[in-house]
Amino acid sequence: MSALLEVSGVSVTFDGFRAINNLSFSIGAAELRAIIGPNGAGKTTFMDIVTGKTRPDTGTVRFGERPISLLALSEAQIARAGVGRKFQRPTVFEDQSVADNLTMALKAARGPFKVLFWKETAADRARVAALAAEVGLADQLTRKSGELSHGQKQWLEIGMLLAQEPRLLLVDEPAAGMTLAEREHTTALLVEMAKTRAVVVVEHDMEFVRRLNCKVTVLHEGAVLAEGSLDHVTKNPQVIEVYLGR
Amino acid sequence: MTKGFLAKNPSILIFLAALAAFTLLVTLGSEALGLSFISTSMVKTLGKILCLCLVALAMDLVWGYAGILSLGHMAFFAVGGYMIGMWLMYARTEEIVIAALAQSPLPATPEEIRQGIATQIFGVVGASDFPPIWAFAHSLPLQLILALAVPGLLALVFGWLAFRSRVTGVYLSILTQAMTLALSLYLFQNDSGLRGNNGLSGLQNIPGIGEPSQAAVSLWLFWASALALACGYVLLAWLVSGKLGSVIRAIRDDEQRVRFLGYSVESYKLFLFTLTAILAALAGVLYYPQAGIINPAELAPIASIYLAVWVAIGGRGRLYGAVIGAALVTLLSSWFTGGRVPDIPLGFATLKWVDWWLVLLGFGFVAVTLFAPQGVGGLVDKLQGLRNPDRKGAPLGPDDGSLQEKEAVE
Repeated sequence: MSALLEVSGVSVTFDGFRAINNLSFSIGAAELRAIIGPNGAGKTTFMDIVTGKTRPDTGTVRFGERPISLLALSEAQIARAGVGRKFQRPTVFEDQSVADNLTMALKAARGPFKVLFWKETAADRARVAALAAEVGLADQLTRKSGELSHGQKQWLEIGMLLAQEPRLLLVDEPAAGMTLAEREHTTALLVEMAKTRAVVVVEHDMEFVRRLNCKVTVLHEGAVLAEGSLDHVTKNPQVIEVYLGR
Repeated sequence: MTKGFLAKNPSILIFLAALAAFTLLVTLGSEALGLSFISTSMVKTLGKILCLCLVALAMDLVWGYAGILSLGHMAFFAVGGYMIGMWLMYARTEEIVIAALAQSPLPATPEEIRQGIATQIFGVVGASDFPPIWAFAHSLPLQLILALAVPGLLALVFGWLAFRSRVTGVYLSILTQAMTLALSLYLFQNDSGLRGNNGLSGLQNIPGIGEPSQAAVSLWLFWASALALACGYVLLAWLVSGKLGSVIRAIRDDEQRVRFLGYSVESYKLFLFTLTAILAALAGVLYYPQAGIINPAELAPIASIYLAVWVAIGGRGRLYGAVIGAALVTLLSSWFTGGRVPDIPLGFATLKWVDWWLVLLGFGFVAVTLFAPQGVGGLVDKLQGLRNPDRKGAPLGPDDGSLQEKEAVE
């Protein structure tokens, strides 16, 4: 299986602190992957690098079949190339309705003039309604998203990611602040999404990772410490030492 | 959800109706056509206020909707004014020079006429030749294009440099203010080619249309200002009602998130900055023939700060708020500084409103910021019964779920 995303030999230093140290990582076109690691292991920095927020000092990041280097692109260009990102805290546009949030994320031309003359079609409306239904917000479409509960905002953000139709999804702690039932729904949705695209989940919660039932990458001090099934990595003595055994 | 544009934005119709009624009232009351209960100078003041409302609209779009606190929009306004002023002054002086040379025995050559105009205009700064920037001043269409193109290009280049480097927030405000100050200082120089601190004057006389009375000219310019304000309002209302409006409000609230949605935040900001600069310039083109004079003091940074104050008092992020703010504050300002408000003797001193108006405005601004952050326009929400739910405090974040700070304490 050829890789959709190939990160190799990436290092980044902040004020002398090596946040990512010669990290290599790859994921296939339809794969679910969990990344775990203690605080400061470089999980968020890794996502920042892939989405273009942080530029690495060395290394390459390649994406797609005919690989393009993501390092030369801006955040917006990377997002348009098909990388979606969900933040740890739900970041939706609270001042706007659920429908507006979803419409904005809908896959369409992104230039100012195209957007200015963009007209909503019946198909767009149907798509927004379908997305809202998929994340359980069908009857909240006209509400301001700032009025939603925390869990609902998380859902809305996942809905916005789906609307973007990315090929690679980076999801930071999707289940944080969710009830048990909501977690189960999230798990099902992530597994379902990973059938057609690559999904990378950063998570602290071992129970949640176990439920995802996928390959796990353990980060430590900015490098990959171990990789494999959850059972495999939790047996690794180094992993136990730095992460699980504390 | 398939309602029409106007049905979704009832404020447009209300605004247009109010503007039409106001225009009709002023027309009927003017000295040119009607019952003469509004003096010509008042018509000019009202027409100027309409132009200021138009700049306030532009400011509201760029600040209230997109969150870019620009302190440079009055510079674009004044540059537009300078550009139209160049034609007004050239053409007016040309008429005078031709009339003067007609008495001489030999018909004047174009070169003599041009020399005569240059001496008339630049004698005051000790020059007698046209600087290169006056190359198109003889032509109204060219100068009108320049009036919009020069501020537009200035905004485009400045915005490109600033936004590309991701200068945001207060740093961008300082940068725009520096641009305004630099431009103003440059224009103060006598060799800037725009008559230094004398500025351009006599702009109230519109050349090429005979000798109509100032009453008539003031009314025409008033109509033009009202029309421009109406068109500007509809244009901006259309612009913010669609997906573009959604995106720019999103940029105001969280621009990083908008980038991850695939929108190039910088090009949106540049587009808005340039568009509003052109709108401001258009307002300036209509304002200065009514003011009659323009000089570099018009683009001092304080003018742009006033602009921000109007928008804040009127209510950011709503177009009618900007219009209300600009109209209210400038009307009050002309009332207080016009010397018609009686002074208040306090025994130990006398409260002179001409001096104390700015202090009052300052208190008003502070009061609005503290007690009514939505501005005067926020009263409309109160009337409609809209209220943001008061959930006491910021969200707690993931661990405590949907609870807010205060709720979680109990």
